[in-house]
Amino acid sequence: MAMQMLPPNWPGNFWAHWAIFAVVILVFVLLMVMFFIWLERRAMAVMQARLGPNRAGPFGLFQPAADALKILIKEDIIPARSDKLVHWLAPVVAFVPAVLVFAVVPFWGGALLADLNIGILYVVAISSVTIVGIFMAGWSSNNKYSTLGAMRQVASVVSYEIPVVLSLVGVILLAGSLSMQQIVAAQDIPFILLQPLGFLLFFTGALAEINRAPFDLTEADSELVAGYMTEYSGMKFGLFFLAEYAEALAISAIVTTVFLGGWRGPLLPPWLWFVGKVVIVFFVIVWIRTTVPRLRIDQLMALAWKFLLPLALLNLLITAAEILFWPAVSLWVLIPINFAVMIVLVLLWSRLFKLGWGKVEV
Amino acid sequence: MSVSVAFWVLASIAVLAALSVVLVRDVFRAALSLILCFLMVAGLYITLSADFLAAVQILIYVGAISVLIILAIMLTREVQRGSPSNRFRLPAFFVAVLFFAGIGYAMLNTPWQISSTPPLEPTTPAIAGLLFGPGGFILPVEIAPLLLLAAIIGAIVLVREK
Repeated sequence: MAMQMLPPNWPGNFWAHWAIFAVVILVFVLLMVMFFIWLERRAMAVMQARLGPNRAGPFGLFQPAADALKILIKEDIIPARSDKLVHWLAPVVAFVPAVLVFAVVPFWGGALLADLNIGILYVVAISSVTIVGIFMAGWSSNNKYSTLGAMRQVASVVSYEIPVVLSLVGVILLAGSLSMQQIVAAQDIPFILLQPLGFLLFFTGALAEINRAPFDLTEADSELVAGYMTEYSGMKFGLFFLAEYAEALAISAIVTTVFLGGWRGPLLPPWLWFVGKVVIVFFVIVWIRTTVPRLRIDQLMALAWKFLLPLALLNLLITAAEILFWPAVSLWVLIPINFAVMIVLVLLWSRLFKLGWGKVEV
Repeated sequence: MSVSVAFWVLASIAVLAALSVVLVRDVFRAALSLILCFLMVAGLYITLSADFLAAVQILIYVGAISVLIILAIMLTREVQRGSPSNRFRLPAFFVAVLFFAGIGYAMLNTPWQISSTPPLEPTTPAIAGLLFGPGGFILPVEIAPLLLLAAIIGAIVLVREK
């Protein structure tokens, strides 16, 4: 795999670099979000034996554009006794961090806005700001469903943040750097093979943090109407919708970069590899949504604290021991060992969730 | 030049946000101002080339501590009107003024040393070396988790059903 690298300040000037990548990131996020909305609706329809949107344009491809236009010209309703300023600011606070994450995601060797040496830490830190926007929305709406949805969101983010960060540490140990660029460069073998347990924990925790199904308790329609965005309408609702899909896109991009080798791959141009892997990861997210039923709130907490957290700690311990004691051993040897460790640990721990260690029939 | 512009913008917003934490009646809005203040302080760390510290500031203060503050507010009554002032208003004001004067005097009269070496790039290996390397601060690093563990066990003991 040849490493085609662009110079760090391409095309030469700091401000030109900044402007070009800011525009590229915004266009990328908006286009991909529209494509994702279409993909999710069509893929879900196929999986549920329906047709899905198929009228606007070929295969219904223009449906997201039509929806965006409709949402733009809808009336903006603000609840009477709400905190108007906070209500107005909340969608912005929720949306901005989701876009800021892409500043460190490499689309190509060297093609990224800023190659921070704290890259992955920056991603974790910035994405934790979204919760403030969601909480502002829930509180300022002056509606019990909104507040309950926001409370659930806070509880799940606070719990799942820990296993997510811990499962990333294993990757950082292997790559020896926090920089996203270096993490991609270190993946001669994609880290999903070397860190299968870490990938599983990160993916599960990340789904819970962006409240995708099966962790979408914050907007469980049958209990909470639409959760924290119940009182939002028009473009402000659109912005929350956009933020949600931008977060899903960000998670797909981070999984691609950290576990799937980012833009690296044979034959095809690097940006195509990157976009292709992102779409595949998002497709898996949609697949999970149509397959797994929603959790209860107590199950959500139990999964984070009793399952993900101890496994993340064990994964970190095992990875650190492997790197410390077998520094010379070929990484290919570690792949079967790590897969065996993952299977044994997951099977052992899932017995804890059954009555009487799985011996009692419920 | 651009760094000093950034400093003044960040610093003035941070001071305004800090003032509104104290002066705004609505406790929820005060908490939001506190979050803005934390973010501005993170920005100040970036102007000082302390990128790791800035990310940790956002992760811990904005992502965790302010969420806990907001959760505590949810359990408070009369959020909109805020906490009505009591008879400690004047004494508290004098203590605050004295504290401010003391800090200000100390800051203005300290001969600050300005390092002539350029800031380290990248910062993370140096921080790791200082924390975990030989001759570093491994003892405080070990004591802090012990303290946290004691606090966690204490919390569990407090809330456990008898």
